[in-house]
Amino acid sequence: MQFSFTPEQDEFRSVLRRFLQEKSPPAAVRRWMETEAGWDREGWRALNDQLGLTGVHIPESFGGQGFGFVELGIVLEEMGRALLCAPYFSSTVLAATAIMNAASEVQKTALLPPIALGETIATLAFTEPNGRWDSSGIEATATPVGGGYRLDGVKSFVLDGHTADLIVVAARRPGTAGDEGLSLFTVAGDAPGLTRRALKVLDPTRKQARLEFRSVESELLGEEGGGAGPLARTLAQAAMCLANEMVGGAERLRESALDYANLRVQFGRPIASFQSMKHKQADMLLEVQLAKSAAYAAASAAAEEDADWPALASLAKAGASEAYLRAAIDNIQIHGCIGFTCDNDTHLWFKRAKSSEVFLGGPEWHRELMLRGMGL
Amino acid sequence: MTKSDATEASVRAQVRAWLEANWDPELGLVEWRNRLIDSGWGVPGWPNAWFGRELPAALEAVVAEETRRIGAVGVARSGVRSLAAATLLAHGDDFHKAKFLRRSLTGEDNWCQLFSEPGSGSDLAGASTRAEFKDGRWVINGQKVWTTSAHHADWGMLLARTDPNVPKHLGLSYFILQIDQPGVEVRPLRQMNGHASFNQVFFTDAEVPPEHLVAKVGDGWAVATTTLMHERRGADGFNVRVQASDRKGRIYEEERAEIATAMEPYKWYPQRAGRVDLIVERAKATGAINDPVARQEIAKLLVLAKSAEFTSRRARTAQAAGKPPGPEGSLGKLAASHVARAAAHVHTLISGADAMLTGEDGPMDGVIAEILVSVPAVSIAGGTDEIQRNIIAERVLGMPKEPRTDNDRPFRDVPKN
Repeated sequence: MQFSFTPEQDEFRSVLRRFLQEKSPPAAVRRWMETEAGWDREGWRALNDQLGLTGVHIPESFGGQGFGFVELGIVLEEMGRALLCAPYFSSTVLAATAIMNAASEVQKTALLPPIALGETIATLAFTEPNGRWDSSGIEATATPVGGGYRLDGVKSFVLDGHTADLIVVAARRPGTAGDEGLSLFTVAGDAPGLTRRALKVLDPTRKQARLEFRSVESELLGEEGGGAGPLARTLAQAAMCLANEMVGGAERLRESALDYANLRVQFGRPIASFQSMKHKQADMLLEVQLAKSAAYAAASAAAEEDADWPALASLAKAGASEAYLRAAIDNIQIHGCIGFTCDNDTHLWFKRAKSSEVFLGGPEWHRELMLRGMGL
Repeated sequence: MTKSDATEASVRAQVRAWLEANWDPELGLVEWRNRLIDSGWGVPGWPNAWFGRELPAALEAVVAEETRRIGAVGVARSGVRSLAAATLLAHGDDFHKAKFLRRSLTGEDNWCQLFSEPGSGSDLAGASTRAEFKDGRWVINGQKVWTTSAHHADWGMLLARTDPNVPKHLGLSYFILQIDQPGVEVRPLRQMNGHASFNQVFFTDAEVPPEHLVAKVGDGWAVATTTLMHERRGADGFNVRVQASDRKGRIYEEERAEIATAMEPYKWYPQRAGRVDLIVERAKATGAINDPVARQEIAKLLVLAKSAEFTSRRARTAQAAGKPPGPEGSLGKLAASHVARAAAHVHTLISGADAMLTGEDGPMDGVIAEILVSVPAVSIAGGTDEIQRNIIAERVLGMPKEPRTDNDRPFRDVPKN
């Protein structure tokens, strides 16, 4: 496992941070989050034209940059810090990773290059209204018709589901349960029989949709009935990625709380000179650093395919969920009343923290997954 | 070889060749260590002038690896002596270095740290033990407390007040005090966990010769800060503990005896840190591993402990790579307190009613009970969690200092206990 970034990775991070500071200041976040799509074509194009970020972990043979999960983790940490509004987690993290895990070489050659270039926005639709984060919750069915499959069912909590061009869908052979009979399919965003509705989300910086499939034509990814393994693998990799995104946001909240404490004067002195504030800041630093260390370790373990990487992914997700939310709560507390207003930016990160805590499974779920991953 | 052209391969080859030619388990411990010290391979990170080779940490690790590989005994590192050596390297004069460094490395001298007092714990600069210069000697009167290993120390690092008429930090000086003398009385203190690791030390006209003053009169606070920095760095709970080899032979037996003596006061320290290593085994043994509530608590603890371990690894990796120290390096002690407390909580949960029992009636022959009554020490010893938070806030995060009422007046006018 790697416990330190290389000089090239450090440099990559600082280029990225400058870029996102310029392209995604809070004013831009507020502008984009008010739109129905939740992101901006022009900003998305810049992301790819200038830095090739949409293909960072996609192999070069499929049109990507050919880096690994450590670099992807760096990208996500910086995006989480900047609270970038973009279909990055849906397209690059969830959909591209699912395709890499499940698809045949021919399918990868067809599907990955446009995602790597950012021309196709893809997403992964696996959760259903029952809100379960593993195969046990999947009820949508895939019925063989002619040479293809027709999908029926409802998917919910689908990131950018209302705007994606391509949707990777998890569905099962009728009459099966659990991991059995599960497959992944691709569906065009405008396929007949697919009804898409943007959900009213608590975190407006990350849009979600509900998708209803009524006999929708789809193409099988990989082998029929072989979807459970690739899906579980994708979800563990995504949990690791989300943990890295979350620690970026947590660090940003910690820093802005510190800046405010240094600025705000009460009782004739900056409130940062009171021990109650110092101890809170020290605790915030500790919690954020602990969560960062776990997120970095999980990214490195996933990149190197260490035997325990799925357990570490869950460990990181559980740790980051609590650290991020705690940093958000402490940040608001340190700001006092102003922290509870819309004018102050904290609530933007608070809402992302809350939504990310739940997305892909909350800390309780991931603690349980971690123990199982450790053989306990 | 200068440090600029030392590479991992060249250092490995050199130390291996030297060890193969010189390592002899038939030698006496002190004789061997003297030879090792003279070769520069005993403390390769130290200055060239003082037994070292000025190698960076990453190459020191190579030397340690080779030393372990061949089974050679290293220099004495156990106990408080490493803090004394580090402090004297930084602030001692040539007389101090010549007199004390070698004998600390050979293990002939044992040390203790005479800092805390009944009236000054966290506020260490409030020490009021007096050192007065009379008839060509320093005369010491007062009391120290929480002094680990004073009962088998030869020397003490003493922080004492030489001038009560100046502000508190300016009136302190740092001395090397011989423990075995009529004016020094060492009395053990019994702790809530039954052990007696530390002592009260009373000085009644104890004497220190003038050449045993470290740095200048009034510089004591700066020197003590160096000692404390080394103490906190070593206290993050994840350092490799000094462990004796189980090999047969006279030199190993001597080393085992030395380590046993030095480590005796610390034998409950693993319990103090919470024994996370026992959690899974205990949860399986009691069946708690099948209880969903216990599983959550166990997992929370493991997330915390693993994250703390990764943080410590990040800090060490950055240090070895020569990167500037990041905030992760100052957090180890605070993290260790959280881990220990969480572990005590989970041990209690796993043990159920048996958590009320101790000794042979208690789980694991009393080890679990010892954890429960030892953990409260971890967030106090070596600087309380609250002081650690102040240090992190002020030094790492750059937050402004609390306004103080004790720094701008002579020490004699500062309110005291």
